Amino acid sequence: MKGSSYLWLLVGMGLVTYLPRWLPLQVLARRRLPLWLEEWLGLIPVAILSALLAPSLLLGGTPRVLDLGRPELWVALPTLLFAWKTRSLAGTVLFGMGLFWLVTTRF
Amino acid sequence: MPDSAPSQSASSGVIGDGLSAGWPICLGYLPIGLALGVLGRNAGLDPWQIGLMSVLVFAGSAQFIAVGMLSAGAAPATIIATVGMVNLRHLLMSSALSVPLRGAGRSFLALFAYGVTDESFAVNATRFRQGGWDRRRALVVNQVANLTWIVATVAGGVLGGFLSSGVGGIDYALPAMFICLLVYQLRSRLHLLTALLAGGLAVAWALWVPGNSHVMVAAVVATTLGFFLGRRRRER
Repeated sequence: MKGSSYLWLLVGMGLVTYLPRWLPLQVLARRRLPLWLEEWLGLIPVAILSALLAPSLLLGGTPRVLDLGRPELWVALPTLLFAWKTRSLAGTVLFGMGLFWLVTTRF
Repeated sequence: MPDSAPSQSASSGVIGDGLSAGWPICLGYLPIGLALGVLGRNAGLDPWQIGLMSVLVFAGSAQFIAVGMLSAGAAPATIIATVGMVNLRHLLMSSALSVPLRGAGRSFLALFAYGVTDESFAVNATRFRQGGWDRRRALVVNQVANLTWIVATVAGGVLGGFLSSGVGGIDYALPAMFICLLVYQLRSRLHLLTALLAGGLAVAWALWVPGNSHVMVAAVVATTLGFFLGRRRRER
């Protein structure tokens, strides 16, 4: 791809990436929000985390299919338990990586 | 690495805290960034072109899609429209972050917005909730993640196919981080319920609809259901 047209492509991609991240901050962070909206927004993180995580563990392939045999899923269960018991981010990441490495190299 | 100018004791605490919160992101970005660099190279991009993309468009999954479309010869307008769709979910994340970032200056928000990704959002939203977190520490998380991403994608482009992922389970760094952050977020039965709803909805939606609209749809629906359930329970 030619230099200048590639640059314009990147500028366009950059704009549509940046605007959705910037607009809500600029509009919402500068004022006091109604209580119900704060309450609603307070549930967003847990919902987004779960919505990002669950499909990545349960689904595989293109097009996506439900696949309960993926190592990602089976490693997730002990990792979840480990996180629950220890509340340690560093420990959980290392535990999950180690277990995933064991499972994917041994089976 | 941050240089240590004089009188930095306070801000080296900020940077240290940001690094200790953000390192799992960096670890997870390495294999993904390297893979993107390799793909970009295969699509005919020079390492500097890949790096420029990571600077102007800091968005992992959207970059993968863009590189894929580039090598398939898609039109620029189509690529830009697709990238826009893929990144709409950040509307929701920035909205949620606007609560802990209330009162920040316009230029800070403009800078902060640049680094809002799935991963930095997950870390910062959780840390703000736990307390002892502020906007400068949050910004450090955004920026170290961005720096790692740029370095990893360029390195992938330079090193080409020499690298293979899978070393030491590094591919599981981000899933494990998300699992732990999710556990941190499960503070009440209402949060647990919302998480189960969001996960179930996301899986069902993702099975039927290609792309990643499932993140936004499932999060909005589950949050709204959880919100009304919480209200009803309190009214009783």
